[in-house]
Amino acid sequence: MTLNTSRRGFLKSAAATAAVLYVGARPDGAIAAANAEGAMLNPFVKISSDGTVTAIVKHFEKGQGPATGLTTLIAEELGIPIEDVAYEFAPSDAGAYNNLFLGPFQGTGGSTAMANSFMQYRRAGAAARDMLLQAAANAWGVDASTLSLDDGVIKGPGYEAPLADFVAAAAQIAPPAEPRLKDPSEFKLIGNEAVRRKDTPPKINGTATYAMDLHLDNQMIAVIARSPRMGGLVAGFDESDAKGIKDFIRAAELPNKAGVVVFAENTWAALQARAALAVDWDFSAAETRSSGEIRDQLLAAVNADPEYNVTDTDQAAIGAAIDKAATVLDETFYFPLLAHAPMEPLTCTIEATADGGVILHDGCQFPTGPHMALSQILQLPMEKVQINTLFAGGSFGRRATPTADYQVEAALAFAVTDRTRPVKLVWTREDDITGGYYRPAFAHRVRVGLDGSGNIIAWDHRIAGQSVMKGTAFEDFSVHHGIDHSSVEGTSDTLYTIPGHFVGLTDVAKATSVLWWRSVGHTHTAYVMESMIDMAAKAAGHDPVEFRLDLLAGGDTDQARIAGVLQLAAEKGGWGKAADGRTQGIAVHKSFGSYVAELVEVSGNAQDGVQIEKVTCAVDCGIAVNPDVIKAQMEGGIGYGLGHAMRNEITLTEGAVDQSNFPDYEPLRIGDIGAIEVHIVPSTEPPTGVGEPGTPPSAPALANAIAATGHRVTSLPMVNNGVSFS
Amino acid sequence: MAMTLKLNGTTRDVDAEPGTPLLWVIRDELKLTGTKFGCGVASCGACTVHLDGEPVRSCQTYVEDVEGAEITTIEGLNSDISAAVQQAWTELDVVQCGYCQSGQIMSAVGLLSETAKPTLEEIDLYMDGNACRCATYQRIRAAIQRASQIMEA
Ligand code: FES
Ligand code: FES
Repeated sequence: MTLNTSRRGFLKSAAATAAVLYVGARPDGAIAAANAEGAMLNPFVKISSDGTVTAIVKHFEKGQGPATGLTTLIAEELGIPIEDVAYEFAPSDAGAYNNLFLGPFQGTGGSTAMANSFMQYRRAGAAARDMLLQAAANAWGVDASTLSLDDGVIKGPGYEAPLADFVAAAAQIAPPAEPRLKDPSEFKLIGNEAVRRKDTPPKINGTATYAMDLHLDNQMIAVIARSPRMGGLVAGFDESDAKGIKDFIRAAELPNKAGVVVFAENTWAALQARAALAVDWDFSAAETRSSGEIRDQLLAAVNADPEYNVTDTDQAAIGAAIDKAATVLDETFYFPLLAHAPMEPLTCTIEATADGGVILHDGCQFPTGPHMALSQILQLPMEKVQINTLFAGGSFGRRATPTADYQVEAALAFAVTDRTRPVKLVWTREDDITGGYYRPAFAHRVRVGLDGSGNIIAWDHRIAGQSVMKGTAFEDFSVHHGIDHSSVEGTSDTLYTIPGHFVGLTDVAKATSVLWWRSVGHTHTAYVMESMIDMAAKAAGHDPVEFRLDLLAGGDTDQARIAGVLQLAAEKGGWGKAADGRTQGIAVHKSFGSYVAELVEVSGNAQDGVQIEKVTCAVDCGIAVNPDVIKAQMEGGIGYGLGHAMRNEITLTEGAVDQSNFPDYEPLRIGDIGAIEVHIVPSTEPPTGVGEPGTPPSAPALANAIAATGHRVTSLPMVNNGVSFS
Repeated sequence: MAMTLKLNGTTRDVDAEPGTPLLWVIRDELKLTGTKFGCGVASCGACTVHLDGEPVRSCQTYVEDVEGAEITTIEGLNSDISAAVQQAWTELDVVQCGYCQSGQIMSAVGLLSETAKPTLEEIDLYMDGNACRCATYQRIRAAIQRASQIMEA
């Protein structure tokens, strides 16, 4: 593996002298190629004269697997063993490396890495293969169609040579407009469970370099003292007590007054100096509310007429139908603020380059945003800002903020220096838990009317919360007619056939900075939908799986696929066959194009202690490129969903966050879930997301299993709402 | 304050104030960054190193207390047990983001050094202090059992 993590390696690779064949795409999608002397093409694959193949991975690696996935696509089409393909993370170049689903924007999010890259990287690999074969055909005087490239060797009738022999010649050939893509029956790597992660070796021996691990010569560590209440500004500070701390350098107010930056020669000195700093805060513009008030406001909103009619249906008529129904269910749900708490606290480093520019070293999720932000703050043209993407120790959404929050902090800190020394901004866990950007709190109220035979006849669903997208650069992407789709996704577009379906939304005013959190709106909408469907099944006296299947019998593909995972999870998890003393709950949800069902089996009960014994998951995410990575993402998504539902919330007292570190934002632990089993539905559909879709069904499946013991939880976290866990 | 540490089989001279967590000496001064900073308060295990073969949280271990002890970090692992653990971690592709995994592996080696064939309950108990935000726990369990098999073979 030749991942460039050192500064020297990065600069060398930027100069890129060794590789002679580059294949990438032009912004219009056409295949483009270049050779060593050639154009400044930022490629998807480069092949050196010695035959070394390197995949350039345009998505950052936070554990979700693109380093393996995109490399698999290149290796598959090129016809070489995946072990022989190195990878590098792409530089920041929104023209070459944009996310095809996000427009002119380079970034990783919305579980799109594989979905948007699948054809792009295959086409690049296939074009490189076609060019190598053509070069061999020219040399041997045969037709290229008689040649093949397998395991890195080009073969034809009477000929055989390693691909390295033809790299130089291939680099002189025009790329094919339409390279020949493999038929799925020819796949050796795509769909192969034996393919191992490319990033395992450095992550098990301590050599993987995360942004937190970067140590540049002469660097300064920067930590920031931020307002204890959200939105407070610096009124003044006194560093006298920090001056005696060895290796403390100095403190300075950030130009935007959001904090005081403390510089030191090392991290421990910086942390001690920050603790010794006395800062006066101006709280006049700060948040002063407590979580109770925010909660009251949300609950009031779902009991009033909503601001937006999301479904464009007749709310009054639907309400009237419910009033007359044989059975009425009426439930109110509440979801607290949540922190992402990725394992690696936020950090990045900015260093000056010899030509007057800067390099941002970062586990960079959305390069285009920080690229523009640094250019503005440091008053540099875009081409003078480079980004070196390093491994990221998790994200769950946190490393991608529309404001580029921590990169902006680093730039502001760098700007108050003379710019000669690299500045490494370090966040602690306390900074992370108290530092804003939470999954917004949401309330839902749902009224469902059933007729005398237990059929749903009308559904009135009101949602209130703070929009994640409004007022950000992503507003156009998600907000239409005032409605932020990410607040309601999973409700108005439910795959269940629901007659008389009304969904209303009320946006509440800003309480904190809020952010997408692994699966965004689905984190709360799936919980509500799948809890209500379960309650409706119970009210109707029907089996919850059968009841759902009846609502998914419309015959379209979407319903068939979601019914498929539901049936598979039920079958594999032994639905209805819980061991003595155990109960089961099931939930199913579509998000990010993928269909996931989860069956949770628990022992115990809410009062004496619940133990999650087993989770059985079925997923349909189209073609499963790396099945073992998909399983891992389901396992992780389930753990993330269950851990937070069980015991996490962020609360505020007069605008200050009450939690501060893992002891009061307790992570899921190894003993919390007995076992997880994942089953993948075979598919020939294009690949869809896997990073997020495992999360939404997990919490409602657990809630449904606990409800079967007699306790229905409609407010999270469960530990604060009547459930203990053993 | 000048001190001499025994680390990964060598001796290293360091200059650190008393009260400095071993974690920051290892990461910032000795530039061995396989040992991670996750919480600083002994509640995540990302900073786990061995002190005379026993896993400890280096964020809550002070440098002046470890002079003379054998300190081993992920970079210094070099035993049949650690080889078995790393092989099992590779076979099962345990890692996701990987940031917790140095600590997981240090703890797993500690467990298998004490108990060559741990039960699932013993694994859960021993590994309870090592958080993984990516929730790779299923695979950690399976990999510890697999490492135990490799050691037996
Ligand atoms: S950093 Fe030491 S236990 Fe978390
Ligand atoms: S692998 Fe990401 S925290 Fe464990």
